[in-house]
Amino acid sequence: MDTPYAIEMLNITKRFPGIIANDNITLQLKRGEIHALLGENGAGKSTLMSVLFGLYQAEEGIIKKDGKVVSIKNPNDANDLGIGMVHQHFKLVQCFTVLENIILGVETTKNGILQKDEARKKVMALSEKYGLMVDPDALIQDITVGMQQRTEILKMLYRDNEILIFDEPTAVLTPQEIAELMQIMKNLAKEGKSILFISHKLNEIMEVADRCTVLRRGKYIGTVDIKDTTQEELSRMMVGRDVQLVVEKGPAHPGEVVLDIRNMTVASKVHNNNAVKNVSLQVRSGEIVCIAGIDGNGQTEFVYGLSGLEPLVSGTITMLGKDITRATIRERASEMSHIPEDRHKHGLVLDYSLEYNIVLQRYWQPEFTKNGFLDQKAIRNYAERLIEENDVRSGQGAITTTRAMSGGNQQKAIIAREIDKKHELLLAVQPTRGLDVGAIETVHRNLIRERDSGKAVLLISLELEEVMNVADRILVMYEGEIVGDLDPKQITVEELGLYMAGAKRNTVKEGA
Amino acid sequence: MNGKDSFFRRPGVQTFLSSIICVVFGLLLGYIILLLINAKGASAGIVTLLKNYMNYPTRPAQMKYLGNTLVKMAPLLMCALSICFCYKAGLFNIGAAGQYVVGAGACLYGALSLKLPWIACLLFSIVIGALWGMIVGALKAYLNVNEVISGIMLNWIGLYLVNMSLAPVKELASPYTQKVAAVNKAALLPSMGLSSLFSKNQYVTIAIPLSILTAIVLWVVLNKTAFGYELKATGYNKEASRYAGMREKRNIIITLMIGGALAGTGAAFLYLTGFEEWSVTQSSVPGMGFNGIAATFLGGLSPIGTIFASYFIQHITSGGAYLDKAIYPSQISDLIIALIIYLCGFVLFFKTVMNSRRPAKVINNANDTEKKGGKAQ
Repeated sequence: MDTPYAIEMLNITKRFPGIIANDNITLQLKRGEIHALLGENGAGKSTLMSVLFGLYQAEEGIIKKDGKVVSIKNPNDANDLGIGMVHQHFKLVQCFTVLENIILGVETTKNGILQKDEARKKVMALSEKYGLMVDPDALIQDITVGMQQRTEILKMLYRDNEILIFDEPTAVLTPQEIAELMQIMKNLAKEGKSILFISHKLNEIMEVADRCTVLRRGKYIGTVDIKDTTQEELSRMMVGRDVQLVVEKGPAHPGEVVLDIRNMTVASKVHNNNAVKNVSLQVRSGEIVCIAGIDGNGQTEFVYGLSGLEPLVSGTITMLGKDITRATIRERASEMSHIPEDRHKHGLVLDYSLEYNIVLQRYWQPEFTKNGFLDQKAIRNYAERLIEENDVRSGQGAITTTRAMSGGNQQKAIIAREIDKKHELLLAVQPTRGLDVGAIETVHRNLIRERDSGKAVLLISLELEEVMNVADRILVMYEGEIVGDLDPKQITVEELGLYMAGAKRNTVKEGA
Repeated sequence: MNGKDSFFRRPGVQTFLSSIICVVFGLLLGYIILLLINAKGASAGIVTLLKNYMNYPTRPAQMKYLGNTLVKMAPLLMCALSICFCYKAGLFNIGAAGQYVVGAGACLYGALSLKLPWIACLLFSIVIGALWGMIVGALKAYLNVNEVISGIMLNWIGLYLVNMSLAPVKELASPYTQKVAAVNKAALLPSMGLSSLFSKNQYVTIAIPLSILTAIVLWVVLNKTAFGYELKATGYNKEASRYAGMREKRNIIITLMIGGALAGTGAAFLYLTGFEEWSVTQSSVPGMGFNGIAATFLGGLSPIGTIFASYFIQHITSGGAYLDKAIYPSQISDLIIALIIYLCGFVLFFKTVMNSRRPAKVINNANDTEKKGGKAQ
């Protein structure tokens, strides 16, 4: 134990056909530190972690634990070495309790009978020690995403893991939950756990990490001490150029009303109450209206109602003077572009090629289908133009299966498709979810360019910073109602937070 | 990129290889069973099975019995295509067996009771088969009833309905329906001179080339048309195709109607040749539709691959009839064939095994220079 490092990955190189995913990367994690791993989508973070976790074998390089060379051939080896990971998508059994999930795979039994009491004691003790506060008897399906994540953390702690990997843990959390998670991570580090924190949210890294290793396009860029660096420097290391963290935009010039929603009510799929209650709003051409709110306050159902994925209980939707309340999805799509919240569920057919996904709503139009037959050449040309213009990166270009693309590039492809499609209204639902700084900048610039070209933009966002920076008008949604109609120039983030939490509301001006 | 490497990673090649592995394993297992029963005759037995019509010494006889194998391949291929087509749209049409049954009932009823010409009988089978598929589709689309459950139920409903409707036209002394050739010659499918190619085998009709043509047409529909694009998108991701404005309910119904029509046609392709009669006392659903599942998977879920898979399955089925009944019980050929068909279901398994040797997902994206460099090598 004469080395300060818990885990060292030295000169790791991992190649895939046509790609060097990790090119001579070195990562040294000290005991008791929080070490951030920063990089754009597709920079090689996940590959490096998969190597550490035994999912891939590196072609070159060695891994050392406490100074001794180890070989990690599969995740079991990683577990034996005390390496645990909280995945971005939780690996929990929905119909089991928290406690059952924690002990899953390492159950103590006596004569074949589960011994839960001992496990419960240990879980409670761990929960207390690190301030996790989870109810061990709650079912996973009944608890919030934040609580599910804590269950994952407890799972690692229960297995006495010393090295904890957090893969983009804040992507799914509300601002309050993020603050709590940061505190938990600090507690863990104080107790001697070593933490690898994969993220591309610079403010979080600045707040919680001790050191940060930056990757770019599979290459090792450097490791810096957080106290000696700035957000600007980190983003430059990550992207390779200067990134504007603040969105630049001129004043909006709202024109005629494009979208007019009156008294929209949408039923909920999970409970008996309506998820969207009597919502009325208007969006004009040349403005970005943003619906802000904490996740789960009816935004998803609102989008489903507007885009036609779910029928309305009551109310009307008028677009460009035409009543589209009962129009089909395809009829609506002729004037409405929709960047969906969940790109895997709605946005893409993952097993289709990139080019097929680019014409997902338009394959039937005369441009791409002649006499019922797909015009493969026209599709290819169109796809290649969009790929080129929007810098969508993929292994084999237009014919890449979208499943094999990184999340950021999948999102880029969807945005390119929706913006190039004929539309007067752009409905963008969390368009920057899971994207890195460079990609977020591009998305924001695209939204503002849309606005300036006279389109109406309706943005649904959970990110306070995005709401404040991009919107021309903010509507706050709380428990299915619009509780505030605000001007981003005149309110503070704190005030907005109060609206979002339901502590404050103002009357919405009719037809404002 | 490494050329050799990428060849074995091509999906088509992988499918082909895994199908071959299945066949080899199946034959090996069959051989072992022959060995266990009677070691002496095993080698000869397996050769007999594989030789099928080649067991006959003269060329004309060989051609004639090749004809018989092909006659039974046509309905099997149609059932396999039915399952394959629905599978592409994300539906498991196990009801193909029942659609085949009602198709058989329809064409025989048309031929024997109504005395219709063959083209009308064929259309009757297509329509009734499509209707049977539509019921499954409508239940799935509007009431979210699983297509496997409703399909299996309809298999039985179809079987007894057909037994009932064909009872008036059965032979007096046997449970089999009257011979189409004897009652209504106009209902026999035309041969168009094909039978002369197979030593005047009168059962060789246009059904054989039509079934192969159907496979090719389906391949074109699935891969080249907007309709196929839509069906496959629905099969891969129902939610995304809804988001893209595709009418998913309509597509489910149309897909199963086409599936039903294909299976129904398959039945007409067999019973309108006069090769077999329907037994109105049978109490199990004919295996044709179920063997179609095996042919679909052995064919790598491709309409073209299905042609060869259907032929192979029918080839060994026919070959089984030539096993020496003095050494082996007559059920042995069915057993071996069942084993091979069973193993056909493992195509996907072998494919997964082959795939597991490559990274589960490609995480990184090459930057442009790397990409170009990779191509130039």
